[in-house]
Amino acid sequence: MINIVYKLISPKFFEEAIDEIELDEVVVRPTYLSICKADQRYYQGSRPAEILEEKLPMALIHEGIGEVVFDKTGEFKSNDKVVMIPNTPQGDDVCQANYSYNSKFRGSGFDGFTSDLISLKSDRIVKIPDDFNPYVSSFIELISVAYQGIDRFQQLTITPKDVLGVWGDGNLGFITALLLKDKFPESKIIVFGKHVDNLNLFSFVDEVYQIHNIDDDLTVDHAFECVGSVSSQSAIDQIINLINPQGIINLFGVSEYPVPINTRLILEKGLTIQGNSRSDRKDFIGTVEMLKQNPKLFEYLEKLVTNVCEINSLDDLKQAFDKEYISNFGKTILKWNK
Amino acid sequence: MIFAAILAGGMGSRMGGTDTPKQFLTLGNKPVIIHTIEKFVINENIDKTIVLIPKNFINHTKDLINQYIPNNEDIILVEGGKTRNDTLMNSINYIEKNFGIDNDSIILTHDSVRPFVTHRIIKDNIDAAKKYGACDTVIPATDTIVESINGETIESIPVRDYYYQGQTPQSFNIRKLFNLITSLTEAETNILTDACKIFTLKDEHVHLVEGEVTNIKITYPYDLKLANTILDDNHD
Repeated sequence: MINIVYKLISPKFFEEAIDEIELDEVVVRPTYLSICKADQRYYQGSRPAEILEEKLPMALIHEGIGEVVFDKTGEFKSNDKVVMIPNTPQGDDVCQANYSYNSKFRGSGFDGFTSDLISLKSDRIVKIPDDFNPYVSSFIELISVAYQGIDRFQQLTITPKDVLGVWGDGNLGFITALLLKDKFPESKIIVFGKHVDNLNLFSFVDEVYQIHNIDDDLTVDHAFECVGSVSSQSAIDQIINLINPQGIINLFGVSEYPVPINTRLILEKGLTIQGNSRSDRKDFIGTVEMLKQNPKLFEYLEKLVTNVCEINSLDDLKQAFDKEYISNFGKTILKWNK
Repeated sequence: MIFAAILAGGMGSRMGGTDTPKQFLTLGNKPVIIHTIEKFVINENIDKTIVLIPKNFINHTKDLINQYIPNNEDIILVEGGKTRNDTLMNSINYIEKNFGIDNDSIILTHDSVRPFVTHRIIKDNIDAAKKYGACDTVIPATDTIVESINGETIESIPVRDYYYQGQTPQSFNIRKLFNLITSLTEAETNILTDACKIFTLKDEHVHLVEGEVTNIKITYPYDLKLANTILDDNHD
């Protein structure tokens, strides 16, 4: 069937494109989408020129929910609300699908969610209850990334989890700290950040510190790095200094730079570094279940909703990206009417 | 109930160079009309899709639907009329005879040669027809409109901001549409080129639904060529 896709043609320039989709599985109409920093890097043109040359034109956005329009498999009913899984495996692999070279990812390897309709395999959507807050639900993908990382951390850890440190006072830091508090209520959760205004929003954690003002005797058992970019190095360095022996450093922050790290201390302390990126179906299911069991999480997660933009035209989409670019905290939600 | 009427009654006199009506020409790898029908049949809010076809193409269309959209009981083929209005009336008569028309029934009428209509436009049409009784899909005019009665000199140049280009669907409360059509005088019927005009002639409100620049009508050979090129581009 013919479908209209709204693609980024070149940085800051969107255009309509006509595509065909198969009616062999599920067709979803996107309703609420959320902008990720990765989308913003394409929009601003800050990815390397050869990457932009290779990937554009491409529809952006890999975080979002929608309503089922059509399902040939009969698993879903029309108008069911679903969260869409951007990671799309192309066959089995020995590793998790979100780390497989064989997987494609929406808004990165192929078209994201900014289109009239989206064709997906039935295992690439997960039903969400009608009463889920649509703004928060639009970034379930991001929540599932934190969920996935915490799940893997849990499988790996051997030392106590009395003190867990989260580095980064942005969106992912907020979500990771919140999920840790939910999962390990007995643990002390400490957040390390730079911006006082942001740190003040972490009301649910035990302690917050500005990174340049830390108690001398402070240590953590395990660490979650949600910083990325130019500050990756200083964050990882501080973690290596503060973490207890045999702790796990969970890396979430994306950096375009090769980051030097203090291997001597890593060896001395017997540390484990675990990389985390993206998520897969079981993490989406786990996240939706967690939100069902503990609706109070929505109250906290709503704090992240800083911009809600109605998208009726490609100009609206452009303005939403511009607005997101100047926000230093929170998520920009697109109410997709296009 | 919610009905879609795909108006394919026309013989494509403006297409030129081919004997096949334009709705049966191939776009990508399917006939134009199949692309158009697909948009309505996958929408589960629409109960029945009535395709209005010239008499001599009914069997051909039936075969195409069996080939591309098999086993679908919600598609109905009905013979079109001489004019667009006759065709529209045929669909309404069919609905009345087979399903009955209650006060909430609505119909979305759509050109068979607009295969790029979006799910969003269809949804907005359903909502607006339910709420306002009648709606028209439009986009703001981009070219300046020039009025000339004699075809030689300009009569006036209206303010462009007030002008829109009409697309389809045009959607209506069926009971209201039926009452208005049957109340038209012959003189009024003769000047009708557009279903929404039935409403405006009788001072009835028609709500605007925002269309899309991509929702083009395949009228000329150039349009089909352009549409095929755009589809090909995205398959590369």
